[in-house]
Amino acid sequence: MIEIRRVFTHVEHIHHEFGPRADTPLVRGAIGAVLTNPFAGRYEPDILPMMALLDPVGVDMAHQLHAAMDVPLEQISTYGKGAIVGADGELEHGALWHVPGGYAMRELLGWKGSRVAYTAGIAEEKKGQPGNALSIVPSTKKVGPPGAALDVPLTNINASYVRGQFDAIEVRVPGAPAADEIVFILAMSTGYRVHARVGGLLAKDISKWDGLR
Amino acid sequence: MTANIRKLVVQVDEVRKEMGQDVTPPTRRAVAIAVIENPYAGRYSENLDELIAIGEELGALLGQKAVKALGIEPGQAQSYGKAAIVGERGELEHAAAILHPKLGAPLRVAVEKGAALVPSAKKQGTLGTAIDVPLGHKDAAFVRSHFDAIEARVSDAPRANEIVVAVAVTDSGRPLPRIGGLQASEIKGEDGLR
Repeated sequence: MIEIRRVFTHVEHIHHEFGPRADTPLVRGAIGAVLTNPFAGRYEPDILPMMALLDPVGVDMAHQLHAAMDVPLEQISTYGKGAIVGADGELEHGALWHVPGGYAMRELLGWKGSRVAYTAGIAEEKKGQPGNALSIVPSTKKVGPPGAALDVPLTNINASYVRGQFDAIEVRVPGAPAADEIVFILAMSTGYRVHARVGGLLAKDISKWDGLR
Repeated sequence: MTANIRKLVVQVDEVRKEMGQDVTPPTRRAVAIAVIENPYAGRYSENLDELIAIGEELGALLGQKAVKALGIEPGQAQSYGKAAIVGERGELEHAAAILHPKLGAPLRVAVEKGAALVPSAKKQGTLGTAIDVPLGHKDAAFVRSHFDAIEARVSDAPRANEIVVAVAVTDSGRPLPRIGGLQASEIKGEDGLR
């Protein structure tokens, strides 16, 4: 059921945006895996079997993205995910990525939660402790033609409300997805927008450890 | 003159299957892109030495970035190409100044040897303009399996005063080459052609 045709990585270093040159550039990265859509061209009521099979795909992609970004793991500060479904598929096929995509990055970043509970969508009462990857992984998805661009949102891995790290990265794989393909995407960054200056919660002031603040 | 680099983008495109056929080993193409300030934006300058110097700097930087992204030794590089997109307040000749006089020599160091011409493309454009960077075998331009191209595009560049400069390097030819012609295994690699 899982056939990866192509893997596309994208890493950018942002040194400035017409303001002062940053001492350390913001590093943003994304990885897109182009998979054959096994449900293309028909309505398949039971698509869940594919979700479990995507778990190892997500883990591989998360590690590959981190390697491509070439920064220490503790510098990864934001994440996001997305999917672009080819024309013979439906948006719901892209939704298969929510669990395996999110789980993969959270595990990479040191999340200690239960995979079983995460897959089942059950909240865990583990609030109030410092940790890694406590936040929801923000996402976007769409049905699109080859070369379609998707703006993948990025937010802090521990507290969604860190304002200076609200960001997005445009991801696009030239030539993909074909009508019978899906592009599954993961994205991460080292944090603050290069000239962030609109106030709000800072990562160093996270105190509730509830994934939000 | 050192380039005022706003942004560096590196992409790797790995093809494992094409039309249901396994590609073994997968083809891998990298493109390294710099978004730089155009020192001559908005004015006519007879002399373009600053851009020529920037071209030399970027040939090394982008060539090394692409090779590193592929995770290969320089000698394992197989094909290369280069391209530039000039923002609205620049002229096409600015792309030529970056690409042609001095970019090639340090790029050839980054990929070891490089007897063949580095194929190139240039255009004027705006934010998100895509350019197809031509690819050719680095030691023998007539290797047919390695005629290819890779798209380079930066969503927020070039601004009017900027230039997007791309260098592409691969460790492979097209995914399933089967139209004959000179093979990579047959080249002499001396005259840059065959």
